[in-house]
Amino acid sequence: MTSATARTPSDFGCEHSSSSPLSIHALTVAYDRRPVLWDVDLDVPAQSIVGVIGPNGAGKSTLLKACLGLIPIASGKVSVFGKPYEEQRARVGYVPQRESVDWDFPVSVLEVVMMGTFGQLGWFQMAGKLERAKAREALDAVGLADEENQQIGQLSGGQQQRVFLARALAQSAQIYLMDEPFSSVDAATEQAIIAVLRRMRSEGRTVIVVHHDLETARDYFDWVILLNTRVVAAGPTATTLTHEQLRKTYGGRLTLLDEAAQRMQKAQLG
Amino acid sequence: MNWFDYNTQVVAAATALLGAAAGLAGCLLLLRRRALMGDALGHATLPGIAAAYLVSVAVGGTGKEPWVLLAGAAAGAIAGVLGVVLVRRGARVSDETAMAIVLGAFFGLGTALLTVIQASPGGHQAGLSSFILGHAASMVASDLRAASIVALVCVALVVLLTKELRLLCFDESFARVIGRPVRWLDATVLIIVTAVVIAGLQAVGLILILSLLILPATAARLCTDRFTVMLPLAAAFGAISGVGGTLVSSFAPRLPTGPCIVLVAATLFVLALLFAPKRGLFAQAAMGRAGGYRP
Repeated sequence: MTSATARTPSDFGCEHSSSSPLSIHALTVAYDRRPVLWDVDLDVPAQSIVGVIGPNGAGKSTLLKACLGLIPIASGKVSVFGKPYEEQRARVGYVPQRESVDWDFPVSVLEVVMMGTFGQLGWFQMAGKLERAKAREALDAVGLADEENQQIGQLSGGQQQRVFLARALAQSAQIYLMDEPFSSVDAATEQAIIAVLRRMRSEGRTVIVVHHDLETARDYFDWVILLNTRVVAAGPTATTLTHEQLRKTYGGRLTLLDEAAQRMQKAQLG
Repeated sequence: MNWFDYNTQVVAAATALLGAAAGLAGCLLLLRRRALMGDALGHATLPGIAAAYLVSVAVGGTGKEPWVLLAGAAAGAIAGVLGVVLVRRGARVSDETAMAIVLGAFFGLGTALLTVIQASPGGHQAGLSSFILGHAASMVASDLRAASIVALVCVALVVLLTKELRLLCFDESFARVIGRPVRWLDATVLIIVTAVVIAGLQAVGLILILSLLILPATAARLCTDRFTVMLPLAAAFGAISGVGGTLVSSFAPRLPTGPCIVLVAATLFVLALLFAPKRGLFAQAAMGRAGGYRP
């Protein structure tokens, strides 16, 4: 039997819930018995840029971490292309928050990006030419080709964010989970990053991004998940990112709500 | 003792290996930001040694068999590590706080037990205090060989696992996401540190082995911005400290080997602090004049 005949139709990209890049069912996560995520149900569409939006403490990062098995889940199920995450690691890329590592660590830019290829390497296997080439290609894609020998601490915040993006690219995954890749970057870096994300989408990949800025959300995302412990709404940006849904998501926080309303008006006018 | 003498050469070889292993283990502790773990673990060996002596005497032994005392030291170290984990989970405090609590509690217990032992008949001759400061020059060949083998195994483990350990130290959550068993890697680091501490107990003693973990690693960090350079450099600094300390103490026979080894390590550290390229104080001052180096 050839490998082609062994494939199921879902491998050819047919839309079916079990083959969704990321499918979450009845997910609940709690810290100290206090629920941070409650009964989350989601089917993320393939080949799209998806924004996870909600107030501080809404559980956005927690959602990503729970999907990646970084924190224990109280109940529910997460599947990646229809299978548990543990069986699909090679197909999942991750960009953690920039603050999660020590940038004074003694490694070069190229060495960090090469870590993206370690998932495909065995334990005692050293990274070689192939991994180096892959890392250089990823650095080139984020515009950091000239910085490969710098110690990571010598980069600006925006460059560090792009190093993490390059490491994720070197993972050659099909779905990416990114925790605030736009946080504290300048406008030029933000444009560079969104351009990379759009190219990833055009290559058929799915990118899920935790995002803070409501103004740019409409422009960046095909699909949004409005989160505040529960999923308030999830769907195509045009029909989901409405004033009414934002009111529900940010509800109770009046100043934030007004700010959101103003931004929405501005975004709609613009 | 003089340095042409076979005994000195054997001691120098053993302390060089031990220094190299301690340098590597220290790098891992430093970069995993668990420098205090070495301290907690080292101090936890003291009540282990004392308890092993008491048990040995109670069952009719002499309490002087090295392997009994070293087994006690290992048990103490393991108890110390478990203590840190339990305190961190139970009291919900930071790693550093948990390590400081365990360090103090275990060392207090160890000192109390030692006082009891020293007051007991035959206790003052038990030689337990040599574990605190070490006695490399009077170690017998079999002890030296055992320490060397342990040190070699530690060096080999770090070399084999370099890629994984670097990933663990830099970005633990990424390591977990790509499927590396972070808990086991962390346990491996602690086992390596414990092994180095136990192997070094007789040679340099439990207080000084902790300096030998941290001094070469910190000096190496000052000299380079590369993990792949820092590790061999720390190993070299540790080895030089071992050989240097042994030679110094062989020329000045009244000076015990352990403190000499640590003094050489401290000298290397001060030299690195002053003269390291980029991070050294002189380089920093020069660059400050020239318009600045972004650290």
